[in-house]
Amino acid sequence: MLDRILQYSQAYNFYQWVFRRHAPEPGVVFLSQRRVYILPTRHGLTFGAAIVLMLIGSINYNLSLGYILTFLLAGLGIVSILHTFRNLAHLYVSAGRVASVFAGDTAKFQVVLENKSDFDRHSLEFVCREATASCDALAREHCSVVLPLKAEKRGWLQLERVTIATRFPLGLMRAWSYVQPDMRALVYPRPDTAPLPLPYSDADTGDAVSAGAGTDDFSGLRPYQASDSPRHIAWKSSARSELLLTKLFAGRAASELWFEWEQLPANMHAEARLSRLARWVLLAEESGLRYGLKLPGVTVPLAEGFQHREHCLKELAIYDG
Amino acid sequence: MVDRSPEAALPALAFAVLVAGAVLTAAPHTLWLPWWVNVAAGALLLWRAALALREHALPPRWLLVLLTLVTAVGVHFSYGRFMGRDPGVTLLVLLLFLKLMETRARRDVFVVAFLSYFVALANFFYSQSIQTAGLMLLTALVTTAALVGFSAPQRPIADYFKTAGRMLAQAGPVMLLLFFLFPRVQGPLWGMPQDAYTAVTGLSDTMSPGSISALSMSDAIAFRVKFEGAPPPRNRLYWRGPVLSDFDGFTWRVGLPQLRRDLDLEVAGAPIDYEVTMEPHNRSWLFPLEMPVRVPSTARVTSEYVAISLTPIRTRLRYAMRSYPDFKANGGAGPQDLRIALRLPSGVNPRARALASEWRESSTGDSAIVRRAIEFFRGSRFEYTLEPPVLGTNSVDGFLFETKQGFCEHFASSFVFLMRAAGVPARVVTGYQGGDTNPVDGYVVVRQAEAHAWAEVWLSENGWTRVDPTAAAVPIRVELGITAAAPAGAPFPLLMRTSMNWLKAVRNNWEALTNQWNQWVLGYNPDRQREMLSWLGMREPSWQTMTVMLFWGVAGALLLIALWLLRGIQREDAVQRAWLRFCSKLARAGLARAGAEGPLDYAGRIAGRVPASETAVRAIVSLYVDLRYGPRAEVDSIARLKQLVREFRP
Repeated sequence: MLDRILQYSQAYNFYQWVFRRHAPEPGVVFLSQRRVYILPTRHGLTFGAAIVLMLIGSINYNLSLGYILTFLLAGLGIVSILHTFRNLAHLYVSAGRVASVFAGDTAKFQVVLENKSDFDRHSLEFVCREATASCDALAREHCSVVLPLKAEKRGWLQLERVTIATRFPLGLMRAWSYVQPDMRALVYPRPDTAPLPLPYSDADTGDAVSAGAGTDDFSGLRPYQASDSPRHIAWKSSARSELLLTKLFAGRAASELWFEWEQLPANMHAEARLSRLARWVLLAEESGLRYGLKLPGVTVPLAEGFQHREHCLKELAIYDG
Repeated sequence: MVDRSPEAALPALAFAVLVAGAVLTAAPHTLWLPWWVNVAAGALLLWRAALALREHALPPRWLLVLLTLVTAVGVHFSYGRFMGRDPGVTLLVLLLFLKLMETRARRDVFVVAFLSYFVALANFFYSQSIQTAGLMLLTALVTTAALVGFSAPQRPIADYFKTAGRMLAQAGPVMLLLFFLFPRVQGPLWGMPQDAYTAVTGLSDTMSPGSISALSMSDAIAFRVKFEGAPPPRNRLYWRGPVLSDFDGFTWRVGLPQLRRDLDLEVAGAPIDYEVTMEPHNRSWLFPLEMPVRVPSTARVTSEYVAISLTPIRTRLRYAMRSYPDFKANGGAGPQDLRIALRLPSGVNPRARALASEWRESSTGDSAIVRRAIEFFRGSRFEYTLEPPVLGTNSVDGFLFETKQGFCEHFASSFVFLMRAAGVPARVVTGYQGGDTNPVDGYVVVRQAEAHAWAEVWLSENGWTRVDPTAAAVPIRVELGITAAAPAGAPFPLLMRTSMNWLKAVRNNWEALTNQWNQWVLGYNPDRQREMLSWLGMREPSWQTMTVMLFWGVAGALLLIALWLLRGIQREDAVQRAWLRFCSKLARAGLARAGAEGPLDYAGRIAGRVPASETAVRAIVSLYVDLRYGPRAEVDSIARLKQLVREFRP
C-alpha cells in the first residue's frame, strides 16, 4: 500500500509534474546532488517505529544503556541517509551499445556507469519498464548493465526513462534518480515466416549481369568435397553453418534479385509487405546472392554482404509510406 | 503445503551473519531464562541450521503458528502471566528464534534484525555493566553487518563488517549528542510491573545470628562516597542503617519508625560533607555517616536517627549529605522509647541475666555498667569468625560463656542483651563499618562485606552513645577492616584479601572506571543533565533550548560526516581546478587555449612561445594528462600538480 503511494508520489507524478524532464539527454549524464532523491523504505519506517518503542522502554525503565543503544541506532538510521545518498550521487551515466533486433525480439540496451570517486558503489538497480538489472561500480571504474526491452514495433526503439535506485547499505533508505540516455535501437520488421521461394522472375535476369564476371549460374549449396575448387567455397554461408559449403552453379546466367514493393499483391497490407521483403533479404543474403531493394521513394542498389543486408533491413525498418 | 524456492533467494552468508547476531544478542539471557526456553531456542537453532545445510524447505506456516502458540502457553505456565518484564522478554526471545524458521523474503530479514535489536535492549534490564554494553555493541555491529550483507551480498564478508563498523562509528557522535542533549524525562511513564526489581543483596530489617556474616561473603559494592576534603579515619566510618530494638530471644527487629522534624541533636566540631552513590537495594535506608544533619529532600530522619528515603531505592541514586562525627543524640528518648529499649523476652539466657544483675549491684551508675561490659568483652578472649557454631535457645548464654566464637551480630546482640538486663536502655544498630579508598579516583567504596552491627546505650548525661562491642573484643576489625580481623583461611572472595596487591591495583582501576561509568553513563538523569548544561553556561536549561541545541548539534555533526563521506569526490575536481587555473594564467599572458585543443597539442603550441618556462609547462601538462586520463590518481601527484600550477609564472 505504502509502496504504491510512494511510487506514485515520488516516481511518477512528482517527476512529471514538477520537473518535466522528458527529453532524452545526449552524452554523459552526471547524477548531481539535485537529481538524486531519497526517502525511507517501508523497512526504514518500521525501523523508525522500533526506535520510538525502544526509547519509550528506556524512559520507562530508566535504562541509561537503553538510551545509548536507541540513540546509536537512531544515529545509524540518520547516517544511512548519507551513505545511501552517496552510493548513488555523482555517478556518470552514458549510453552503451545496443544491437539492432527484429520486431518481437528483445533489444539489449547497454547502459554504462562511471564511478570517478574514490569509493565503491554497490547494488545499483536499474529499472526500465519491465526490465531490471543491477551492478556494482567500483572506485574509478566503469560498469555496465544490459536492460533487455521487448521490441514490439519496427522502427527506432527509444530507451525510455531509466530509474537508477539503490538501498545500500542498510536497506532502510532508497535513493533514486531518473536518467534517459539518448539511446535507440533499430527494430527490423519481423520476417515473414511463410516458406516462400525467392521471387525469381524473367525480368530480373540477364541484362544487369556484367559479362565475364567469372561466375556461372548459382543454383545452391552442398557440403564441400576435396575435389571442389577453393574458389567456389561459399565462405559466408560456411561461417554460419558447421560445414564447409561449396556453391553449385547451373547453366543459367548469374542472377540478381530485385525485391520490390510493387511486386507484391496490391491488396497486401504495408506491414505484411515489409515482413515479406525482410524475409527475402534474409534468404538472399543466406544464399549469397546479389540483391537490391526498391521501396516507394527508396532504392537500395544491388550488392551483397552483411552491410548491404543491414542497409536493406534498415530501410525496411524506418519505412513510413 | 511446503513452499519451496523463495527462501533460496536469501544470500546464505548474510543470513549466517544475521543468525550469529541473533545468537549473540540472546546469549546473556540464557542465564536467567527458564531452562525449557533455552532448550527450545537451541533446538530451533539446530533445526534451522540442519535445514540450511541440507537445503531443505522451511517448515510450513501452520506448524510455526502452532509452535508459537505452544511456546506462549509455556511462558504462561512458567510465569503465570503474560504481562510484566520477564514474560515479555521471554516471549521476545522465543519470537526471535521462531522467526528464524520463517525467513523467506527480505521483509523477514528486517523483522529478525529489529527483533535482535529489541532483545539487545532487553539485556539492559538485567545488567548495565561495561561488559554488557560491550557485548551489545558487538551484537549491534553483527546485526548491522547482516543488513549490509543483505543489501550487497556479492561483497566479501569482511566488507559487511567494515561498512557496518564505519557506519556505527559515524553514528557515535550523533548518539553522544542525543544522549547528553535529548530532554530527559524521569521514568517510569506508567506503573512498573512487579518483577522489575529482582532481589538484591543488602541489609534487612531483621538480624539473627548468621544474617550479617552471610553478607560478608559478598564483595558487591553497597555504595560509594565522595568526601569533600579528606575522608575521616576508617574507625570513625560508621554508616548508620536500620536500628533494631525488638528482640524475641533469637531475632532482632526494627521497631515502629517515627518521623521527627525537630530531632534533638547537639553537634560539635567540624561537619563532614559527602556525596553518596547508592547501589539499588530495594529498601529505603540511605546509610549516612553518624550522625546526619542534612539529608536529601526526598528523605526523612526518624526518631532513631535513621535516614530513610520516601521511596525504595530501585535505581542507582546519588545524593549529598552532611554529618557531624561529634554529637550528643538526645532524640527518641521519651519514657515510652526507653521502656522499649529495656524490653527483653522473659526466661531466656539466665547466666547473662545473672552477670548483668551482678554488674548492676556492684556499680554506681549506668556508665560504670557500660565500662564493666566493655572490659568483659575485651578480656574474655572472644574469637571473631565467619563461621560461628550454631547456638541453641539461650543464644546469648551460649555465645558469651560456651562457644565464644561469633561475628559482629553476636557481639552486638549479646551486649545489648546484657545492657537491658542490667537496666541500661540499649538497642542494636546495623549498617556498614569502614570502606576502602580507591586510590585511582579517591572514592571510598563500601562493600556488602563491611556490613556491621553495633550497640547504642542511653546514658542520661551523654544521650544515645555508640558502643561497638566487636571493636572492644576484636579492635582490628574497625582499625583495619574485616579481612584483617577474620582468621587466616576464612573464605573471603579472592579479591578482598590484602596479600594480592597487583590484583588489588587491577581491581581499583576497574572499579574507578566502573564508577565513572555509573556516574556519567548510568547515572545520567534529568538532574545530572541540568547540572551539566548549567556547567556549560546555560542559565535555565529548558527542553526547548535543549531541543534547539540538539537540532543544531546533530545538523553540524551530519554536515561534518557528509563532508568526510564525500571527500573522494572533491579530489576529482582538484585536478580540473588546477588545470583551469593553469589555463587562465596562460590566457592572461595572451596564450589562451583554443576550444577544441587537447592538453598535449596546447602544450606543444605554447612551449615554443614561452621558452623560459617550457619545462614547467611540459611537467604540468604531462602530470595533468596522467591524472586526468591515467588509470589511477594518487594523492601526492595531485598535490604536486597544485603546487606546480601555483608556482607557474608564464
